[in-house]
Amino acid sequence: MIEIDWYLALSAVLFTIGLVGVLIRRNAIVIFMCVELMLNAVNLTLISFSSYHGDVTGQILVFFSLAVAAAEAVIGLAIILAIFRNNLSVDITKVNLLRW
Amino acid sequence: MNYLLDLQSFLPGIIVAVAGLAAIMLEAFKKSANTSFSVTIGGIAVALLFAIQSLYGEAGTAFSGMIVYGGVGAFGSVVVLLGALFCVTISREYLRDLDLHNGEVYGMILFSTTGMLGLAVSNDLITLFISLETMSICLYVLAGLMKNEKIGAESALKYFLLGAFSTGFLLYGIALIYGATAATNLTEIAAAAQPTFLFLCGTGLLFVGLFFKVAAVPFHMWTPDVYQGTPTTITAFMATAAKSATFVAFVLVLTRMLPSSEIGDWQSVLQVVAILTMIVGNLIALAQDNVKRMLAYSSIAHAGYLMVGLAAGNEAGYAGVLYYLFAYTIMNAGAFGVIAYYERNHGLDFTEIDSYAGLGFKVPVMGVMLSVFLFSLAGIPPMVGFIGKYYVFAAAVQAGLIPLAIIGVLASAASVYYYLRVMVYLYFKEAHKEYSLKTPGFLFKWTLILLAVLTVYYGVEPVLPTSSLMELISSYYTV
Amino acid sequence: MDTFIFIFLAVLTIGSGLGMVLNRNTVNSALFLVLNMVSIAGIYLLLQAQFLALIQILVYAGAIMVLFLFVIMLLNLDDERSLFSKVRAKYISAFFLGVVTLSLILYSLEGVADLLPEISPEMETAGTVEALGDVLYTDYLFAFEMTAILLTAAVVGALMIAQYKKSNNGASE
Repeated sequence: MIEIDWYLALSAVLFTIGLVGVLIRRNAIVIFMCVELMLNAVNLTLISFSSYHGDVTGQILVFFSLAVAAAEAVIGLAIILAIFRNNLSVDITKVNLLRW
Repeated sequence: MNYLLDLQSFLPGIIVAVAGLAAIMLEAFKKSANTSFSVTIGGIAVALLFAIQSLYGEAGTAFSGMIVYGGVGAFGSVVVLLGALFCVTISREYLRDLDLHNGEVYGMILFSTTGMLGLAVSNDLITLFISLETMSICLYVLAGLMKNEKIGAESALKYFLLGAFSTGFLLYGIALIYGATAATNLTEIAAAAQPTFLFLCGTGLLFVGLFFKVAAVPFHMWTPDVYQGTPTTITAFMATAAKSATFVAFVLVLTRMLPSSEIGDWQSVLQVVAILTMIVGNLIALAQDNVKRMLAYSSIAHAGYLMVGLAAGNEAGYAGVLYYLFAYTIMNAGAFGVIAYYERNHGLDFTEIDSYAGLGFKVPVMGVMLSVFLFSLAGIPPMVGFIGKYYVFAAAVQAGLIPLAIIGVLASAASVYYYLRVMVYLYFKEAHKEYSLKTPGFLFKWTLILLAVLTVYYGVEPVLPTSSLMELISSYYTV
Repeated sequence: MDTFIFIFLAVLTIGSGLGMVLNRNTVNSALFLVLNMVSIAGIYLLLQAQFLALIQILVYAGAIMVLFLFVIMLLNLDDERSLFSKVRAKYISAFFLGVVTLSLILYSLEGVADLLPEISPEMETAGTVEALGDVLYTDYLFAFEMTAILLTAAVVGALMIAQYKKSNNGASE
């Protein structure tokens, strides 16, 4: 029997990997994938709480979060395409036209 | 359960969503942007009527407790719809000049408004999450409308990446709250909540997500870039309707999910954020030479004043926040409208303050109106902005937060400098060269005049006294 | 048995997560993320969320990641020459923020295991399509309808942004 701690700790570690990834990487696509990793980690937390509470609400929320992730992926990749057309790069350090 | 009643309780949102679908379909099959535009205006206006009607009805919950109707939610819906209506009416000419006057843009605005309406009535963290995302995803698209300009695509990328990042925090917050209480309904959470560290951590993360959306310091970095890179009338939509919806959701979370101070001292957190937001927003605004960026920082500062009302944590504070949102919507939509007017005569670079030199006398009515809106934003007495600030700061004093109120008054005194600076350029500087300004269109001009009249009228005669707003809020505690 | 499966999947998940963040090649990063999502789906099965495990693979690993790979291939990006830029302060602050977040969350989890000792026996049936669908279309109808608007808006919006008119090719060549 695995205690809930393990699932939650795993999800916290994944969330942190995603968080650090967003902060250190420069490639917009990889940053976006790190965000997806963060959302996945949260889904894991929700499902573990849902299972241990014996309550289905958490799983419903994961269902919606999947829909949101899909919508975000579509929009995000479209924006990345647009930025690539303008800059021929997806490096966010080169995206600094607007400062202060 | 009675579905018809449920549907009725979210009628404004349904009307707006249907209008959005119609706007897109009309664009696709009839290629007629003007029809889409009329449908948009009509849809929002009808929805506004229903929202105003529900303001006088009773309050309750619908859709199995997912949303609330009446009360604060109804007031929030009215403010959101007003913001959307004004921004759409001033948009047509401006967007036409940018070659963006088409049905999809209006469809996006309407879908975004649907999300905002859901946000303003949410009674469940799931509703809050989904509505917030519906609103944000449409706003990411709208921020990227000028995708062929460098600044347009960049503002969309910045907004999107930071927005998606903050969504992660918001969702983690919801997950931890769910773990601590086994509920997502706001009132059920309030009933089950214990001040465990798990619950506090969850609420903190939820707040981080909301702070990001209302552009509170230290989560404000995206605001100036996004506001500058977005078409000006759309910026007005972001600054008024989106901000109002998120603040109403904030009020709902505070009143319904965290009604007692036993589950965490959130008022002190809000105080700190309010002080930071007011100081940073106003100080950086002082240094801006671009009028649009100046207004972006001013909108951060205004988020700070609103936060003062939330920090007060009493009914007067929440009523003050709601009234302030109404005031802010009117005056800010107006200010962005006039800027859009000047801009459309001379292209996108025409938001530098230098280029405003001597413009005040060119088209007198526009100069006067910009002055009215800026006076109101600065909080100078006979304008609605003053009344809003008065309510918010008075509530803070009533709650015993006198230092907070003093900082607020000082910050807003400092803000007078940068608003007046624009007027100095308008009236007391020599024009560099001769500009010929287009005559503003009928709808555009009269919308702005209406906004200016409302700004002065509600400043002289605050018809929406906070007492009736207080009743709305207290009707809410009992639902 | 469960414990061994969990340890295996957990190591796989964390390993592929790190692999994604630390890889210079964007395609490899994306493939690591696919692996990550599939192993998370396995953990869902351990938690008896059968339906969501399936959806996780279909939607995330199937649809979303294919979209990612498609865009990466389309852009034909080079490998990043250096993963780490010169600004040291950024990494130090990122590291601290990560440590603080992780320790905050881990600290907040203290005592949860005592409150929730084991997977609730109701989950045998609660994670199925039937059970989820039942509440999805009744209690959570509002959110479901809002999701419909969200997805419509996303499709239309993506077309608006990605669409490329030759006539007004401003900054692009």
